[in-house]
Amino acid sequence: MPDRARQVGARVSGAEILVDALRKEGVTLLFGYPGGMVISIFDVLNRCDDINLVLTRHEQAAIHAADGYARATGKVGVCLVTSGPGATNTITGIATAKLDSIPLVVISGQVRTTVLGSDAFQETDMVGLTRPICKHNYLVQSIEDLPASLKNAFHIARTGRPGPVSVDLPVDVAEATLKDYSYPTSVHLPGYSPTLKGNHRQVVRLSQAIGEANRPLICAGGGVISSEAGAELVAFMEKTNIPAVVTLMGLGVVPSDHPLFLGMPGMHGCASANFALAECDLLIGMGTRFDDRVTSRPDSFAKNARIAHIDIDPSEIGKNVKADIPVVGDVKSVLSDLIALVRPKSAGEWVGRTLKWKEGNRVEFDQAECPEILPQFVIRSIARLVKSDAVVVTDVGQHQMWSALHLDHGRPRSFISSGGLGTMGFGLPAAMGAALGSPERPVVCISGDGSIQMNIQELATCAINRIPVRIVVLNNSYLGLVRQWQELFWDKNYAKTCLRQGPDCPKRCSGPGPDCPEKYLPDLVKVAQANGVEAWRAEKPGEVESVLRRGLECPGPVLMEFMVRRLENVFPMVPSGKPITEIITRGA
Amino acid sequence: MDAHTIIITVANSIGVLARVSGLLSSRGYNIESIIGAPTENPDIYKIHLVIPGTAEQIEQVTKQLNKLIDTVKVVDISHARNYIVREYLLIKVKAEKRSEIFELMGVFKAKAVDITRSHITFDLSGPPLKIARFIELLKPYGIKEYVRTGNVAISED
Repeated sequence: MPDRARQVGARVSGAEILVDALRKEGVTLLFGYPGGMVISIFDVLNRCDDINLVLTRHEQAAIHAADGYARATGKVGVCLVTSGPGATNTITGIATAKLDSIPLVVISGQVRTTVLGSDAFQETDMVGLTRPICKHNYLVQSIEDLPASLKNAFHIARTGRPGPVSVDLPVDVAEATLKDYSYPTSVHLPGYSPTLKGNHRQVVRLSQAIGEANRPLICAGGGVISSEAGAELVAFMEKTNIPAVVTLMGLGVVPSDHPLFLGMPGMHGCASANFALAECDLLIGMGTRFDDRVTSRPDSFAKNARIAHIDIDPSEIGKNVKADIPVVGDVKSVLSDLIALVRPKSAGEWVGRTLKWKEGNRVEFDQAECPEILPQFVIRSIARLVKSDAVVVTDVGQHQMWSALHLDHGRPRSFISSGGLGTMGFGLPAAMGAALGSPERPVVCISGDGSIQMNIQELATCAINRIPVRIVVLNNSYLGLVRQWQELFWDKNYAKTCLRQGPDCPKRCSGPGPDCPEKYLPDLVKVAQANGVEAWRAEKPGEVESVLRRGLECPGPVLMEFMVRRLENVFPMVPSGKPITEIITRGA
Repeated sequence: MDAHTIIITVANSIGVLARVSGLLSSRGYNIESIIGAPTENPDIYKIHLVIPGTAEQIEQVTKQLNKLIDTVKVVDISHARNYIVREYLLIKVKAEKRSEIFELMGVFKAKAVDITRSHITFDLSGPPLKIARFIELLKPYGIKEYVRTGNVAISED
């Protein structure tokens, strides 16, 4: 196609323009699923050697894979699907990427413009559907608009606060031709110019506040990863000796063995992080939106502190937590300015206190005392056995929280998890995207027996395409995080959270007993094997290490299932709506 | 909870009014009135919005509206003095006490646009407060129906 595009006066089809745009935007890999309204695009894609499309088994997996790719690499993830059901199957993935600020371009086919709005076969209003869950969207109504729409889509997705952009492309536009096509070199978006540099006056105010504070604290979020500001953050912390708590989305920006790292705050956060938030007198939020899983109750959150908030998105400042010192800007740029302004400070009494709290974090599980496999033990073993440059991708649930709490987080873009939306089924496809995006790094997908089944069809995708994902399933046969809430707050009424429960079981069940169905269905090892994925199961603590070693050492894909203690809970825990200092650190 | 009049200048693109109204409803705000229309510049479209809310809520609304890619400018003119604000009203009242009603019409400089045996329909444009007063004073005579456009505004030179 590019040869044709280069000929002056040649006519170029919409599909060819799209593929040329992908090339100009540096896309070498995308994920998708064909269908009636995108055949012309797949036709052109299939004829070019420098762009590869991975066929997933479900569009939801395609978009999560593009998302995992984007999180692991920092590049824009791209997904291509057909109209109607193809498009609607990406909705959960778009919402997932929106809440975690992940740059995606989602291209969907659409029925021809002449029948738009007539409820045609496989027609759905993608622009209407995605409006509240994407950063921006386009319905391209003529081929003249296509080059600029694609250019804008990539620009909007990756700049400012990143996010998903949907491009809905009617089939007649993809098949129409355009004379004298050239891909735009600049964007024209009069209302869109993200503020990168922090207002000087506010940055000076913040540096003064840092000078005056006795108990300063940083709360770093996923925005630090988006702006690639990990190194600046650590340099700033070391110059000022300000400790940091790091949210789920930010894990990795401060190495977890750093003395000033206080752990993850919030509902399942570390005691050290939550106590520090309660006691600090200056809280500097960076690239975080003070989500309710972090603050629990905004009115009691960091109530002894002046709050400074650095964020590229002005609407986040003052949304959940009122800011005394608002700084709109890119975290990396603001941190560079701050580092130049602040005076070095030595670690004082405050850092000493935080270190004491940190000692109290010591994880409370004892595998030696337990005949069943403890999930935390599996996670700790993974942490011990994986290479330091590994990428861990999680699903959503207890295993996610144990992974956040018990893994070593050494660097950014190494812990990938659906934070804001909490999308079960995210893990396996996102791990595929991460593995294909960073082939030099080992990728481990940690999942639960509930989550893994939500996109389990992708095992075949992994096997066929030899995608080296090492899948770890912690099988407690429960939807564990919900069961934990039922145990603690709903009188142990394990309503529909037991995945072993069948018609012969009592409807009202408060936990496993001798009459429980013995078999877990499906047999995940057999499912994996049937999909061409090697698999092993560990049922006793003594088998954990050997299964993990075998699984982590083989090229993959591979699935390792660990039958873990069924009623294990995630601690620490702050009950929903309670101040984050009301922390439950261990089970009764 | 004052009603705020907000002027949103946006790119004249397909579905832009839906983007604005969708954003407001998805974030739980109640729109009192909304008008969208093209301007002297074919690339620019203006939306006038009347929305009740506290100062904090309106600040958040303004920020969210600014975040839309199509948004060029958002101004809350509620406390600005240098704006001319107008609203347009069509109102149908019972025609029983015609002379009294016509007297009011004269004071407000409203225009009778339709008169039947049972009802009189007036139109009136003016500052929102004037519109509200006119409606209030007509109430005792029996209002059958009225429609109003919501506010539009333009800055003074």
